[in-house]
Amino acid sequence: MDNYLEIVSIIGAVVAVSFGAIMPAYSEGRAVAAAMEAIARQPEAAGTLSRTLFVGLAMIETMAIYCLVIALLLLYANPFTG
Amino acid sequence: MEGSPLSPDILFQIGPVPISRAVMTTWVIMALLGAGLAAAFRLVRSGGALATALEILVTTLADQIEDILGRDPRPFLPLLGSLFIFIVLANLAAVLPGATPPTGHIETPAALALIVFLSVHYFGIRAKGLREYLRHYLEPNPFLLPLNVLSELTRTFSLMIRLFGNMMSHEFVIAIVVLLAGLLLPIPFLLLGVLIGIIQAYIFTVLATVYIGAAVGAVDT
Repeated sequence: MDNYLEIVSIIGAVVAVSFGAIMPAYSEGRAVAAAMEAIARQPEAAGTLSRTLFVGLAMIETMAIYCLVIALLLLYANPFTG
Repeated sequence: MEGSPLSPDILFQIGPVPISRAVMTTWVIMALLGAGLAAAFRLVRSGGALATALEILVTTLADQIEDILGRDPRPFLPLLGSLFIFIVLANLAAVLPGATPPTGHIETPAALALIVFLSVHYFGIRAKGLREYLRHYLEPNPFLLPLNVLSELTRTFSLMIRLFGNMMSHEFVIAIVVLLAGLLLPIPFLLLGVLIGIIQAYIFTVLATVYIGAAVGAVDT
């Protein structure tokens, strides 16, 4: 087992992406649901709501992107495997 | 898959400086924008349908910025408008064959985020004066100074990583799909890429507007 660093890196990348996608997906769903409800109640505020929604979704999605960047770093630019 | 997606592919070298495909794409976009600007000056003077279309673009950008800031958008329009137009063009370069979106490599988003970071302070100091601007780091409590400075740095960092991560991962997905099935399957992903590119450009600009608005005291964050 002299290549255990690679094995651990691959497992780490998989865990980072899979678990890092759970909470952002859940919270994006909640945010969209809340925005839908708000638009249904006040259709005239749809412009402001959807703008805020997009910015908020991007904020939430950044968490998942962070995990993806970490995973890609582990796979392709790992500082320890050389 | 050969090579790392994070390493740039080098087209040619000028002296000791390697020129990657993304840099070449940036230069083409800059040349296009420069030519467009020169043509726009002549167009606006002579009038016509194209001039009206340009006017619609500029007034739409100004209206969006005014909606967020709640004040005269004209001092901020040159910076934010050109940020938006450049990022849209850079992101949409993903659908052109032979071009790489420069925003998919870490340098371009880093430079853009640095521009936003510096211009936030510039506009803040110009609007409030140096003492008044620096005081907002001590609010609501002087003990929060480290946290305020830290949030300033992390939000710039996340601005960079958000644009980079989205465009890079999109490029990556396209590469994988092309590897799996080359002919028609990538087209829906390319369409999704157009959507993602425009949304990310919009979000980058809106966040830059909000940060500048917070610095000049127009928006609460």
